[in-house]
Amino acid sequence: MSIHSSGSRSNNSILEVSLSRSGSKARPVRYGSKGADSEGLSMSQRELRDEDARLVYINDPGKTNETFEFGGNSIRTSKYSVLTFIPRNLFEQFHRVAYVYFLIIAILNQLPQLAVFGRGVSILPLTFVLFVTAVKDVYEDWRRHKSDRVENNRLASVLVDGKFEEKKWRDVRVGEVIRIKANEPIPCDIVLLSTSDPTGVAYVQTINLDGESNLKTRYAKQETHGKEGFGGVIKCEKPNRNIYGFLANMEVDGKKLSLGSSNIVLRGCELKNTSLAIGVAVYCGSETKAMLNSSGAPSKRSRLETRMNFEIIWLSFFLVALCTVTSVCAAVWLKRHKDELNLLPYYRKLDFSEEGEVENYKYYGWGLEILFTFLMSVIVFQVMIPISLYISMELVRVGQAYFMIRDNRMYDEETKSRFQCRALNINEDLGQIKYVFSDKTGTLTQNKMEFQCASIWGVDYNSTKDNMEGEQVEHSVEVDGKVIRPKMKVKVNPELLQLSRSGLQNVEGKRIHDFFLALATCNTIVPLLVDTPDPDVKLIDYQGESPDEQALAYAAAAYGFMLIERTSGHIILDIHGERQKFNVLGLHEFDSDRKRMSVILGYPDSSVKVFVKGADTSMLNVIDKSFNMDLVRATEAHLHSYSSMGLRTLVIGTRDLNASEFEKWHSAFEAASTAVFGRAALLRRVSSIVESSLSVLGASAIEDKLQQGVPESIESLRIAGIKVWVLTGDKQETAISIGYSSKLLTSRMTQIIINSKTRESCRKSLEDALVMSKKLLSSSGVANDAGGSSDATPVALIIDGTSLVHILDSELEEQLFQLASRCSVVLCCRVAPLQKAGIVALVKNRTSDMTLAIGDGANDVSMIQMADVGVGISGQEGRQAVMASDFAMGQFRFLVPLLLIHGHWNYQRLGYMILYNFYRNAVLVLVLFWYVLFTAFTLTTAINEWSTTLYSIIYSSLPTIIVGILDKDLGRRTLLKYPQLYGAGQRHEAYNKKLFVWTMLDTLWQSLVIFWAPLFAYWSSTVDVASIGDLWTFGVVILVNLHLAMDVIRWYWLTHVVIWGSIVATFISVMIIDAIPNLPGYWAFFHVAGTGLFWLLLLGIVIAALLPRLVVKFVYQYYFPNDIQICREAEKIGYERVVESGQIEMLPISDNPPR
Amino acid sequence: MPWRVEFEYSRFSQQELDAWQPILTPSWAISIFTVIGLIFIPVGLASLFASESVVEVPFRYDDECLPPDYKDDALEYIQNDNINKTCTRNLTIKNKMKAPIYVYYQLGNFYQNHRRYVKSRDDKQLRNKASENDVGSCSPEDYTSTELGHKPIVPCGIIAWSLFNDTYRISSNNKDLVINKKNIAWKSDQLAKFGSDVYPKNFQIGGLIGGARLNESIPLSEQEDLIVWMRTAALPTFRKLYGKIETDIEVNEEVMLVIENNYNTYEFGGRKSLVLSTTTWVGGRNHFLGMAYILIGGVSLLLAVGFLLLYVMQPRPLGDPSYLSWNRNPGSLR
Repeated sequence: MSIHSSGSRSNNSILEVSLSRSGSKARPVRYGSKGADSEGLSMSQRELRDEDARLVYINDPGKTNETFEFGGNSIRTSKYSVLTFIPRNLFEQFHRVAYVYFLIIAILNQLPQLAVFGRGVSILPLTFVLFVTAVKDVYEDWRRHKSDRVENNRLASVLVDGKFEEKKWRDVRVGEVIRIKANEPIPCDIVLLSTSDPTGVAYVQTINLDGESNLKTRYAKQETHGKEGFGGVIKCEKPNRNIYGFLANMEVDGKKLSLGSSNIVLRGCELKNTSLAIGVAVYCGSETKAMLNSSGAPSKRSRLETRMNFEIIWLSFFLVALCTVTSVCAAVWLKRHKDELNLLPYYRKLDFSEEGEVENYKYYGWGLEILFTFLMSVIVFQVMIPISLYISMELVRVGQAYFMIRDNRMYDEETKSRFQCRALNINEDLGQIKYVFSDKTGTLTQNKMEFQCASIWGVDYNSTKDNMEGEQVEHSVEVDGKVIRPKMKVKVNPELLQLSRSGLQNVEGKRIHDFFLALATCNTIVPLLVDTPDPDVKLIDYQGESPDEQALAYAAAAYGFMLIERTSGHIILDIHGERQKFNVLGLHEFDSDRKRMSVILGYPDSSVKVFVKGADTSMLNVIDKSFNMDLVRATEAHLHSYSSMGLRTLVIGTRDLNASEFEKWHSAFEAASTAVFGRAALLRRVSSIVESSLSVLGASAIEDKLQQGVPESIESLRIAGIKVWVLTGDKQETAISIGYSSKLLTSRMTQIIINSKTRESCRKSLEDALVMSKKLLSSSGVANDAGGSSDATPVALIIDGTSLVHILDSELEEQLFQLASRCSVVLCCRVAPLQKAGIVALVKNRTSDMTLAIGDGANDVSMIQMADVGVGISGQEGRQAVMASDFAMGQFRFLVPLLLIHGHWNYQRLGYMILYNFYRNAVLVLVLFWYVLFTAFTLTTAINEWSTTLYSIIYSSLPTIIVGILDKDLGRRTLLKYPQLYGAGQRHEAYNKKLFVWTMLDTLWQSLVIFWAPLFAYWSSTVDVASIGDLWTFGVVILVNLHLAMDVIRWYWLTHVVIWGSIVATFISVMIIDAIPNLPGYWAFFHVAGTGLFWLLLLGIVIAALLPRLVVKFVYQYYFPNDIQICREAEKIGYERVVESGQIEMLPISDNPPR
Repeated sequence: MPWRVEFEYSRFSQQELDAWQPILTPSWAISIFTVIGLIFIPVGLASLFASESVVEVPFRYDDECLPPDYKDDALEYIQNDNINKTCTRNLTIKNKMKAPIYVYYQLGNFYQNHRRYVKSRDDKQLRNKASENDVGSCSPEDYTSTELGHKPIVPCGIIAWSLFNDTYRISSNNKDLVINKKNIAWKSDQLAKFGSDVYPKNFQIGGLIGGARLNESIPLSEQEDLIVWMRTAALPTFRKLYGKIETDIEVNEEVMLVIENNYNTYEFGGRKSLVLSTTTWVGGRNHFLGMAYILIGGVSLLLAVGFLLLYVMQPRPLGDPSYLSWNRNPGSLR
């Protein structure tokens, strides 16, 4: 973001001034919705202070590292070494609350007074999960170790005592000078000193760093470029993770030069198209920007989990209540039997083993006994808090992520990119989205710009007017016997093409000449020549970060103004076969404050001209309107009509600079660009010298085509009851026209437009709008919330950024929210990135509804981070949005399968899974609890302690995980056909308080049946603890598995395997446990299984326990069916009909999706 | 790697695997309830009849065998070794009891499942001669007192210590009904759990005698009363097998019970009974199972009939889209 001058070799003649144009790529030049980027702005405003700086002595690593030992270049992505593995891994694992809970329980159990379970049994679950995780960690770390070793042992060529020597990467130090050859990776962050290119340019590919495949240009300073010896000091900022910014200055030969992000090449990049580059290491190893950026995905907690945690608090209360009941009863029991305890055969408080002195045996007084009883009951009933649920949920989410990533429907053929799950914790939030906030450019549209129209001196040349004539013309030139041809073809307007060929003969031709000259030069495009199979033909590829600029450059080329070469000091154009060289005297980069950029060109005939292009609002301020009022008006009219067609417009202006003006600007520019403090602000001020009283050359219009499937997707989302808000930086007219073409706006809608300049007028328009919306909605009945499709006249709100400035963060917010929540569509145009986040916050803070933000550019980052779910489109605009997002995908339309299919499934699956796990653990705890009431409240467990432990590991864990991953309530076709089904998630139908309470009541009933039926049947019989315990074990296990089986909707072979397999595994486990002679329950199962009573009881328990659930399920499903149930039936019947008729067709329900 | 491509686009990864998707239609529901009813009611009736056919003669004797003189001082009675504890009673058996007749003792309000109690044993010691000193969890009945040499007690622990020691003799018409005390323990326990080379040692010689003594010349695997006792009961009211009578007892036959009432349950108000009972495939005399089955079966049949009626009167076409909430809404324009 800075312009660097290297005016050392030139000072007298204007013509020979060669200003090294440092086309900083730090911030791409963008217009329209991507323009405003607050981050870039803040970067440039930050200046370097001494205490924040690091000093690097070039080619003197000794001195550089003298005072502060900067990190070496060896990297360590691995977390552990052999020695540190156990402590570190344990430390990390115990960051989870679940494990701490496990640990506390296990520790409690180690106290001899509290030893409910044997030592081994009590630590088994904890060791099991710790071990599994540790094995996983070891494997991952081993792979990291391997890749680290490879990285660290790569060879780099480092300058040692005047010669370049091979050195391992890990030995490279800050301050050393490094030589890199073409296609070699960069070992650390280096500041370029010299390159093989005469002008000091080096091209790098940053695909590993930010995923952008186009080449970026980096520059060596003229002062160091091409020199033999290297010396000097670089003062740069401390290592940070901003890969798009670098702030430093360099002192060479007593001169102070500023350095920017265009002078630094980062680790992870590769040198391309440049045979050699030499640079000095400034950040090494873990301090490189690439390493600092390699942090994990953001961590969020899903709404469902938040609610679940709330219910878990209830369960904790319940647990405490159970423990309290137990200990109070135990207290009463002890009090009552106080006198008998001494000799009670089953208590035997007295220890007579030492004759003479009679002691209490294992009795610590009434109070302590109660306390111990309480703690022991916590240990016994610990599974009431379904800690294993957290682990299962993680596994299920991994499975869901797998399916989302592998889904063909979300695979982008064009970019060959898959769906990416960056956040693993919020899969189920996708099923509850109520608001979608979408960026426009690159999200709804392709961000592939096509030059469409030009207005030159008030004349509209429209290339789309006539399809017949608008052929794609290929313009090519011959250089040194080789044909050069632009890579992209552009439709041209033949009339304009004819006129442009006419050259400078007439005024019209001159203007057209200037116009295309501006398009070809006023940009930061780098032309690259690419070989084709035909050796005589070369393609010219315009590399640049702004698709608008690329489109304009290709358009200029099509009209015969082909940009051939751009170096730091000059631009070579081929104008209708004639080569012309222009000196670039200066360039003011685009920034989001000015919203324009300018280039100062020195003509071969020593005249100097400035070309400016920018957004219309910003350009109209600096245009000299008095000069030609009609022209300005005509241009404005064209601009209006272009933007109504949904085109992106730019205004182009120019001005001749006379010698004195140029001198004035030049000296100011020099001073500003070498300034150490406030450089960016100074440069902005300097730009105003030339960017004033311009004359209008014309305007360009670029079409940004809608992405495939956008209108259909928006329609689906709307039927699903999701409100789609579009937030764009475009003009209102553009936004509205895109709104129509994407079916966001329909002719049935009433548009409310708020366009106010002051707070008072905002208030007034808001009030009017509120009244109007109320009237509109009430006149035709109340909007149907559930169905999503409003049946009343829908209202669309269109509001612009200026009004939002007054509304956001003021008392008007509430009114805006009231209004917006009544509208089915909200379009915000001309909004800045922070306003986008503000709008998201407006909704997020006022409702409990889930919000999703989707965008592709750096300007969407704040919005993506603000929303509950952030989706990044990995498109044309780099990776910043993706890096900030929770999910990333290639196209907007993938939002439909993501939300309607995967979101729905994820939510349904997890919602059920949570309820089921609550039930599963509570039913066991209750059975244990009932038994405690018959053991004089002493927490004996009839169910074998091993079985209690294995219960959540082997007996019942896998089915819920597999069902959580695989079960589908509805097929994808049905879900897409009826987007309304998505409402189930929005209404929290799969998990809510009512369901929780009902589930718990069911749990209570089931536990009563399991416990009491055997109790009555075996009352005053010879049954022993182990036998009845085995019966209860099987009762609970079969019951919970059948309960799950009853609720499974789709049975895959895997579902069968895990559910029936779990029951079989339980039988096998119990048999093994009962075959251990050292356990008191030896052979109990084999004994009791020989009695008919056992099997009859088992059958009876299971049926009686499930009976109420079956009845309620049937009555609800048949007599009070919800939408999901009806669609399931339709799916099933449809499927059967398909099978019967032998043809595959859609469901036999003929209704069109309602609108 | 061709398999990889195949894998990526597999029906599994697309979640399109074949699946069976059952739906709880009325016909399914009605059939399920009918089947449950049709199975449960006969089974319930069968087990009810079986349980009804069991002849059970309980005789509670903890109060019955307490001499009237000691009514208010039962502890003195039971703790004084000099008082004769023999107690003789006649019982008339109302129904014919077919051999084998099982003789049980039943204790009530005796928490054999008390945590302190169930822990106080050592299974290794019981199995293995070599583990004689393995008395870790047995205290306070682990070692004899120092005066007696601090030797390990075999079998250790308060379960063994509190071994039941009442004895019964039953005769009819002055002819002893032999109570066979062989094979009353689980074979598995005798074979694997109680060692054939482990002999009782230092048992019941401490200051406090808890119950029966053991013959030190018989290995634990043959001490069937101990084995039965050591299989701790699940519930505070429980029976344990005392022996089997292998002759029939006729209707209205008068039997004489001779009970040595040694075991102290007066301490804590525990009940003691002697139970004579035959057995069937559902175990002893307990109508609960049969009743419960009949109840479940009955309810299921009722539900089946109810749902059938409802279905006939108020059927709902399955999968009819007009039932979808957005199609039902009266405000709809369509």
